[in-house]
Amino acid sequence: MDIHEYQAKEILAKFGVPIPKGALAYSPEQAAYRAREIGGKLWVVKAQVHTGGRGKAGGVKLCRNEDEVLDAADDLLGKKLVTHQSGPAGKFVYRLYVEGGVAIARELYLGFVLDRKSERVMVVASAAGGMEIEDIAEEQPDSIVRISVEPAVGMQAFQARELAFALGLAPAQIQQAVSTILGCYRAFEELDATMVEINPLIVTEDGTVMALDAKMTFDDNALFRHPAIAELRDKSQEDARETRANDRGLSYVGLSGNIGCIVNGAGLAMATMDMIKLAGGEPANFLDIGGGATPERVAKAFKLVTSDANVEAILVNIFAGINRCDWVAEGVVQALEKNPVKVPVIVRLAGTHVEEGRKILARSGLPIIRANTLAEAAQRAVAAWKNDKTANLKVVNA
Amino acid sequence: MTILLDRKTAVLVQGITGKIGSFHAKEMMDYGTNVVGGMTPGKGGASEHGVPVFDTMKEAVEKTGATATIVFVPPPFAADSIMEAADAGIRTCVAITDGIPAQDMIKVKRYMRRYRAENRMCLIGPNCAGIISPSKALLGIMPGNIYLSGHVGIVGRSGTLGYEAAAQMKELGIGVSTSVGIGGDPINGSSFKDILELFEADPETHAVVMIGEIGGPQEAEAAEYIRDHMKKPVIAYVAGLSAPKGRKMGHAGAIISAFGESASEKVEILREVGVAIAPTPAEIGITAQRVLKAA
Repeated sequence: MDIHEYQAKEILAKFGVPIPKGALAYSPEQAAYRAREIGGKLWVVKAQVHTGGRGKAGGVKLCRNEDEVLDAADDLLGKKLVTHQSGPAGKFVYRLYVEGGVAIARELYLGFVLDRKSERVMVVASAAGGMEIEDIAEEQPDSIVRISVEPAVGMQAFQARELAFALGLAPAQIQQAVSTILGCYRAFEELDATMVEINPLIVTEDGTVMALDAKMTFDDNALFRHPAIAELRDKSQEDARETRANDRGLSYVGLSGNIGCIVNGAGLAMATMDMIKLAGGEPANFLDIGGGATPERVAKAFKLVTSDANVEAILVNIFAGINRCDWVAEGVVQALEKNPVKVPVIVRLAGTHVEEGRKILARSGLPIIRANTLAEAAQRAVAAWKNDKTANLKVVNA
Repeated sequence: MTILLDRKTAVLVQGITGKIGSFHAKEMMDYGTNVVGGMTPGKGGASEHGVPVFDTMKEAVEKTGATATIVFVPPPFAADSIMEAADAGIRTCVAITDGIPAQDMIKVKRYMRRYRAENRMCLIGPNCAGIISPSKALLGIMPGNIYLSGHVGIVGRSGTLGYEAAAQMKELGIGVSTSVGIGGDPINGSSFKDILELFEADPETHAVVMIGEIGGPQEAEAAEYIRDHMKKPVIAYVAGLSAPKGRKMGHAGAIISAFGESASEKVEILREVGVAIAPTPAEIGITAQRVLKAA
């Protein structure tokens, strides 16, 4: 789960990480008021969105007086911000963070990730902050320092010191950097984060080390033990369909194709999407209804997939292991009888009680296109989608 | 002898008194697995499907002589259960539970390193389908009837995609020595490489089907092992060709976040070391057949 910059900063500040003065605003007037509260002569108005690349996309504005703050906020609020990381759908701006401007002497990079290879928390730092870590890795790979944390004892002060010295900090800043690095690590570890990124970590002209930006991502599987973190979820930053699905226990990812997929199991769901693509179609979604594939879940899945206006055919691929094909078939029939769909439906069943399942589909009298193998299912789905498309064109032309 | 388990392996079920644990304990018994007991704290002294239930793993192992266990414990307590199994001297542990926090798994892996490599428990999963040695024993949740007994090992992250592969192989008359689901989590017990090592050493396995997916470094690590140490042929399919970067595809670990983690990059890495690539998920069986004929 992602959170906003201002939320990450609030959390990190509690762990002793210094941050510039700032406050949240929901309206232009509030933003101007916040600027006055913060004081000074320079402010930054930052769009709070769950995506990187805000600066380049115009989501961060430097202001020199309260009127400029008001105008910047007016411009940003309610705007759809499309960055190179957000995808074409972009993210809507509903919250702004107003921050006091600081004079920057140096920009550094500091990141914490779960490293799957070493199976440990890895700390990554670079003296080349302010640009994305991928670009640093490309352009200045030698500037990157990595330290892996021994899980039994956690991060040690000497490790933080090694990083601080490797960043070329002056002796007066080492202690500040060490407490910042250790604070971030404690937040990561105690709150079950999967990523903490401070980019840039800055040294101000008067020699203070502070986090100018902050990003945190949390382990969805650990939210049960961090209710205060779970509260920070902002559904306005998520794809509405994905939110609906996840709230109903289904795993869904919206894509841009036309063939909706309903599959049990994540691996088989990915393989089904691959098969559609190889057969000449484009999947409209990833959807895993769980290994069990109960009739209730099948019904929910149909509702979800048909809510996507781009869907022009639906492929159901269920490999019944623990459950039985006849139950799944009943579920499909019930779902379609209750809520008939206007697009072709292709169903492939395999596994336990497959013959009974196929019979139930055949007997239902519903216009279900049946398939026996994965290849057949994908080919028939793509064919049905293409035919249907031509049929629609004919109607339009007539 | 197939890898990890056979008819005689004495098995415990952690969480046997729960709905899911009880159901699968029965399924495993019906398949022929030697289930000797179960464990649920506070339910010691009871019995489930005719086998005794114990309060602690130490007691369960002491009284039954079990060497393997399967974990059906809910996510908040699952890591603790795995460590308890390791501490009780269990050799093979399958963790079915989906949703264990990643940092809990880091702790589990670190805890297991307290034991010398030769005494260390082999952990399969979590978030996996388990292990099956067809017509011998089942330590997992797969449907036994889709597997034919034979000489091809299967190792994969996904449950149902593994079933798909086994069913395609059965259709062509190709049998399986052992099928191992290593699970879809970012930090898991055994990697592809760990299981490939076991298959390479197993005289009953003649070839291996490996089913990878997007995310993580384990397929690339397996490729290195195949290149340097493996004599048996390997057939592979990597799921997620059409998956966009940076999006989590169901499994907590199925996310492309670094170079070399996409399906096409993994396919290339495996192809370079001589692995036979199934071009589509519908051709896993046929590709295996072609490789077996050529061998």
